[in-house]
Amino acid sequence: MSVPAIAIRKLVKRFGETAVLQDIDLEIPEGKVSCLIGPSGSGKSTLLRCLAFLEEPTSGMITINGEALGFFEDPTGRRERLPANQIRAVRTKTGMVFQQFNLWPHMTALGNVSEALKLVRKVPKAEAEERAMAQLRKVGLENRAGHYPSQLSGGQQQRVAIARALALEPKIMLFDEPTSALDPELTGEVLNVMRDLASEGMTMVVVTHEIGFAASVGQQISFLDHGRLLFSGPPAEIFAKPRHARLEQFLDTYLDRGASMLA
Amino acid sequence: MMFDPQVIIEKLPEIGSGLFVTLWLWIAGVLGGVVAGFVVATARRFGGKIVNAVLGTIVEMLRGTPFLIQIFLLYYGGPFVGLMLDPIPCGLIGLTVYSAAYYSEVFRAGYASVPVGHVEAAECLGMTRSQTISRIQIPEMALIVLPPSINLAIILLKESAVLSIITVPELTATVSAIGSQQYAFLEAIFILAIVYWVIVELTDRLGRMAENRLSRLRFSKA
Repeated sequence: MSVPAIAIRKLVKRFGETAVLQDIDLEIPEGKVSCLIGPSGSGKSTLLRCLAFLEEPTSGMITINGEALGFFEDPTGRRERLPANQIRAVRTKTGMVFQQFNLWPHMTALGNVSEALKLVRKVPKAEAEERAMAQLRKVGLENRAGHYPSQLSGGQQQRVAIARALALEPKIMLFDEPTSALDPELTGEVLNVMRDLASEGMTMVVVTHEIGFAASVGQQISFLDHGRLLFSGPPAEIFAKPRHARLEQFLDTYLDRGASMLA
Repeated sequence: MMFDPQVIIEKLPEIGSGLFVTLWLWIAGVLGGVVAGFVVATARRFGGKIVNAVLGTIVEMLRGTPFLIQIFLLYYGGPFVGLMLDPIPCGLIGLTVYSAAYYSEVFRAGYASVPVGHVEAAECLGMTRSQTISRIQIPEMALIVLPPSINLAIILLKESAVLSIITVPELTATVSAIGSQQYAFLEAIFILAIVYWVIVELTDRLGRMAENRLSRLRFSKA
């Protein structure tokens, strides 16, 4: 067995007294698309944010390609915070895409994508812009390179954000409800870019409400509810014969909504 | 008795030297206050609870007491704790510290105006805190902090008149001394008001030009 792209062990996250994530154990295989689904408040976004180290786990350990993220915890539970430069190095192995895009408004699309190459990788300006351009081409926006975020549609902004996250050539891409802030007719262009990435063999972790996307592209589906991982497995297993009562109920609400839209 | 500003205007060279002292103390005080205020706001934001509480208390003390009283305490009270300052250094320090307290609040609001997600995006890409501050947070807050910064600079110019009470040879001290000598106090005060007003107007124009330039550079509506 090869090392999993991401291994999550006994992960607990509390905000004060409330436990948002409880004893999450999950392995995300390399080169696969792993979707996290579940109702609002189930902890799926928090789990993803822990993988990007935007939230610090209360206890437990996360490894990215076998390297500890943020904290090292030995089997006795003693944990140690890793040095800041090491944390930064491991973080750049993942690229993060946010629900709200979070592009920097004072930089053009090209500026947004090339910034980290210049600052973090110390790539000279001309080369950084060339590489940024290649990423913009990949998401079909090379003709928007000089545009500022406010001059782009939501779908275009999210594609620029994907290009920005790809700029440092991460091994893993994390998506936090990437289409939830978009008009329904703009979700397609973003999902297509994500499909292309998946077909190139990129390891992806996607928090999504797009059950259709999860069913068709996802290779591992994990269902969270009230901070617990209730089920994780291949989509055929989860959608065809959901054995878990809570999961069945959750999927039913989607089916109901689909049916009422047809009616 | 006639109202005759001419007797004051005749003393133009003296007025000029007072104006010069006011201008350089004001500009140095504002620049020092901007730098120190930014440092204080940054330390309060990232330095942890204790640093935030200590600096917060100092800022509140400075904002909660009149500048006149602060400058009095520094100049006349200083020697009791071994701090002997000449009028001009005392005025410069007083003005800088006072303006730093207000500028720190301007920058605190500036930091708060930058969406958390924009900073998180930078963090995820492996940028260091200083890179994030200089490349993301400062440029994003610039347009937000510019108008209150200009406004504050204008208030500080007028507050600098208070330095006359510790015998700093600035504009107010100079012109009111001329007024006393010439028995033309009202005329002196009148001229004084005009000079301050002209500087304020010029500063305001400059501020608006900077604002227009900055908003042209930046396309964000947010």
